[in-house]
Amino acid sequence: MLTAIAAHFVLAAVLPLIARRWGRGAFVVGAVAPALTLVLAVSHADDALAARHPTETLAWAPGIGLEFTARFDELALLMILLVSGIGALVLCYYACYAKPGDRAVGRDSALLVLFAGSMLGLVLADDVISLYIFWELTTVCSFLLVGGDGLTKKLRKSATQALLVTSLGGLSMLLGLILLASASGTTRISEILADPPGGGVVPIAVVLILLGAFTKSAQVPFHPWLPGAMVAPTPVSAYLHAAAMVKAGVYLVARFAPAFSDLPAWWVPIVVLGLWTMVLGGFRALRQHDLKTLLAYGTISQLGFLMVLVGAGTWITALADVTLVLAHGLFKSALFLTVGIIDKRTGTRDIRELSGLGSRWPVLTAFATLAVLSMAGVPPLLGFVGKEAAIEGLLTGDPKDLALLAGVMLGSVFTVAYSLRFLVGAFGTRPTVAPTKAPPSGVAMTTMVGIPAVASLVLAFAPWIVEPVLAGYADTYPLPAPDYHLALWHGLTLPLLISAVIIAAGYAMYRASLAPKLAGWIPERMSAQNGYRAAVMGLDRGALSITGRLQAGSLPTYLGIILVTMVVLPGAGLLAGGPLSPTELRAWDSWMQLPLAVLVLAAAGTVVLARRRLTAVLLTGVVGYGIGALFIVDGGADLALAQFLVESLTLVVFVFVIRRFPPRFVDARPYFRRARWVKAGIAAVAGTFVAVLAVLYSGSRDGLPEASRFYIENAESATGASNVVNAIIVDFRAFDTIGEIAVLAVAATGAASLILARARQRPPSLAALDETDGTDETDGERTEVKR
Amino acid sequence: MTVNITMVIVLAGLYTVGFYLLMQRSLMRVILGIVILGHGANLFLQVAGGPPGEPAFVGSAVIQAMVDPLPQALALTAIVITFALTTFLLALAYRSWALLGHDEVQDDVEDRRIREAAERDEDSDDSDTEPSEAVAGFEAPEASEEVPR
Repeated sequence: MLTAIAAHFVLAAVLPLIARRWGRGAFVVGAVAPALTLVLAVSHADDALAARHPTETLAWAPGIGLEFTARFDELALLMILLVSGIGALVLCYYACYAKPGDRAVGRDSALLVLFAGSMLGLVLADDVISLYIFWELTTVCSFLLVGGDGLTKKLRKSATQALLVTSLGGLSMLLGLILLASASGTTRISEILADPPGGGVVPIAVVLILLGAFTKSAQVPFHPWLPGAMVAPTPVSAYLHAAAMVKAGVYLVARFAPAFSDLPAWWVPIVVLGLWTMVLGGFRALRQHDLKTLLAYGTISQLGFLMVLVGAGTWITALADVTLVLAHGLFKSALFLTVGIIDKRTGTRDIRELSGLGSRWPVLTAFATLAVLSMAGVPPLLGFVGKEAAIEGLLTGDPKDLALLAGVMLGSVFTVAYSLRFLVGAFGTRPTVAPTKAPPSGVAMTTMVGIPAVASLVLAFAPWIVEPVLAGYADTYPLPAPDYHLALWHGLTLPLLISAVIIAAGYAMYRASLAPKLAGWIPERMSAQNGYRAAVMGLDRGALSITGRLQAGSLPTYLGIILVTMVVLPGAGLLAGGPLSPTELRAWDSWMQLPLAVLVLAAAGTVVLARRRLTAVLLTGVVGYGIGALFIVDGGADLALAQFLVESLTLVVFVFVIRRFPPRFVDARPYFRRARWVKAGIAAVAGTFVAVLAVLYSGSRDGLPEASRFYIENAESATGASNVVNAIIVDFRAFDTIGEIAVLAVAATGAASLILARARQRPPSLAALDETDGTDETDGERTEVKR
Repeated sequence: MTVNITMVIVLAGLYTVGFYLLMQRSLMRVILGIVILGHGANLFLQVAGGPPGEPAFVGSAVIQAMVDPLPQALALTAIVITFALTTFLLALAYRSWALLGHDEVQDDVEDRRIREAAERDEDSDDSDTEPSEAVAGFEAPEASEEVPR
C-alpha cells in the first residue's frame, strides 16, 4: 500500500520529462500507476473483506509518536475502486482530449497523478495527521489544476476561492482531529473508532471535523467554489470535482460515522445542511444553460444526498450511501466526459446552441442516457438500486426519518428534472436551432464514457459483485444487520411506489419548466457567493488596517510599542503572581552615594535638553564618570577602573565623529512636538518599571550565592590571583572573555570598513557639501535650516 | 534583603533618559541613549548584586564582608562590549551622514505605503471593487474568457 502511494509520487515527478518527449502520451503513462493500484487492490480484496484489514506502518518521527499508517478495509477498497479506477480512465481520456503539442500536458499529467496518489493516501490513512496531510495535498492539487496557467482573472479567482474555502475547512478539521486524538489518547483512526471518547470536548471536535467535510464536499453555504472550479479542463472536473476529491468530505463523514452517528452534534448539522444542499443544488441545476455548470450543481445536490444518508445513521442508509457513492462516481464521470466530448467537437456547451447531436452520435448518446438514467434513479441502473435502498432505510416510521424522506423525495424530483434537462439539452433536436455540425465523437473517447456507463448497468443486475464491500462497511456500525440485499426487484413495495412517484413528478416538473420561472425566487442577498466575497473582503480590510496601524514604519513608534509590551506583559504577570517577599528599604548605603546620584541624574537629564551635539556627548561622559565613582563606593575597584578607561575612550571616539557633524541637533519638526510628551511618558513608565524590577531582584537575593563563594574561596589556590574579579575574568569564565574579544574584533572590523569605505565611494555633490561642513560652521547650520 | 533607594532612583532616571533618547529621530541621540542605557544596565547589575562591601581581594577581608565579585565581572565584560557597540554605531552614523547628508532615522517607505493603503481603504468603504484587486494592486491583462483546453 505504501509502495503504491510512493509510486504515484515518483511517477508524478518524472511525468514532465516524459511529456516533453512523448507529448500527450504522458497521460497514458500516468494512468499506469492508478491502473496497477486498482488491480492490486482488487486482487487483495479478500484481505479487506475478511476483516483482516492489513496494516502497514512507517514511523517518520517516532520520537513524538508520528507515523504513517495505511489500513486496507472495506471503505478504503470502495474508495480505491473510484479513485484509481476512474483516475486511470480519466488519464487515458485526457490523452485524447488534450490538443497535440499542448504545453500544459506535463504539468497537468503530473498533477493528476500526484492527486491520485494523495487521494489514495487519504483513503488508506489510518492516523489523523497523515489523513490531514493527504487531505491538504488534494486541496493543493485542486488549486493548481483549477488555476491552470492562471492567465485569466476568472481562472485565478476560481482557483483562489477553491483553495481558501477548502483549506479553511482543512485547518478546522486538523483542530478537530487533534482534539479527538488527544481525547482518546491515540492518533490511530481505527482505535478511535473502536473506542470512541466521550466528554465535553468531543462535540466541539466533531463539529470542527464536519466543517472540513462540508467545505470539501461543497455543502451549503460553502458550495459556490465547486461551480467556480468548472473553469478547469473537463477531465480534471470529471475526476476531482465529481468522482474523487469532493467525495473526500463524504468519505471523512462515512469514516467517522460508525462511532458518532448517535451524537446530535454530529447528525443534526449533517442532515440539515445535507438536505438544504440537495434541494438547493437541484434547484440551481435546473436553471443552468451550461452543461458543465448544470452537472456541477447536480454534483452539489448529490453530495448533499450522500451526506443525508450518512447522517441518518442506520444500517440500510449506510449501505445505500456507499452504493450511491459508487453509482455517483460512475455516472457523474461518464457525464462529465460526455460534456468534454461535446465541448471539444462542437466548441460549445450551451444547451441553447446544441441540436441534433443524438442522431449524429448514437453510441455516445446511448452511453450518456445510461448514465443520466442512473443519476435520475431509473431502473435498471445502479443509481436506482441505491435510491431504493435509501428510501427503504428512511422508511422506519421514526418522524425524523420521515422528515428526511420528504426532503430526499423533493431533492430527487429535482434530480430527475435536471437529468432530463441535461439529456434533452445535450442530445435533443431543437426546431429553432440549426443542427450542430460536429465530427465523429471518436472511438477512444466514447469508449472511456462507455466503461463507467456500462458498469452502472452491469452492477445493477449483479449487485452481488460489490455488495460484500458495501455491506462490509455498513457492518462497521454498531447496529444489528437487517436482512436486506441490494437488488433491482424487491417486489411491489412502498419504496418502488415512491420511486415511481419521484420519476413521474420529476418528469412533470421538467415539462412544466417550473424552475426557470422561479428565477428571482431566491433573493440575491441570500446568495452564498456574496457571503464568501464579504468574508474575504472583510479579512483583507482587517489585515490591512491592523498592519497599517502596527507597521507604521516609524522606528520611535516600534520602540514605543516594544517598551509598552515590556511593561504590560511582565507587569501583569507580577500583579497576578501574588505577594512578593518583603524588601527592606534604606535611603543610602554610604553618604557619598547621594551627591554622586544627584550629579548623574542632573547630567542625564541635561543630555535630553542639550541642543549642541558636543554638550550632549560631554554630559554623557559625566554620567559615565559618575557611574564609575559609584562603583568605587560599591567596592568595585576593577570595575571603576575599566569604567573610567572606557568612558574616556568613548569620549574620544565620539569627538572624532561629531567633528564631522553639524554642531547642533536638527530640530524636531513641529508635528512631532506633541509626540514628545507621549515618548517621555512611555520612557518614564518603562524606566520606573526597570527600577521596580531591580528592587524585586535584590529582594529575592539571599546572601552571597554559592558560585561567588566558590570563586572567592578558590581564587588563590586555582588561579594564583588574589583579585577575585580578575580571576573570574581571565580564568574561571575565560570563555566569556574570549567572546568579548571576538565582539571587539568584529566591531572594530565593521567600524574600520565603514569608515574606510567612505574614501572610495562618495557622490561628488556630498563631498562638496562635506568639505564646506568641516571648514565652515555657519555653512553647516545653513544646510540644516534648509532641511 | 535590603535595597538602596538612592540607587533605585538613579536607575529609574538613567533608564528613563535612555529610553527617551532611543525614541528620538536623530541617530546621534539614539546612540547616546544606548550609551546611557548601558550605564544603567551596569548599575543594575551592581544593585541586583547586593549591598556594597569590601573589594573582593582574597585575604583583605572576611568573605561575609566582601562584595559579590560575580556581578562585577559580568559588568566589566558588559562595559567593554558597550564600548564596542558604541564605536560600531558611531561608524554607522558617520557612514549614514557621509552617504545621505543627515543622521535622521527615516520612516520605512514600504510600511508607510501599507498604512496609506489602509487609510484609503477605510475612506472608500462602499466602493464596489473586488477585494483581491484592491489589495493585490496588480492586474494582469484581461484575456478573453477561458477556452477549454
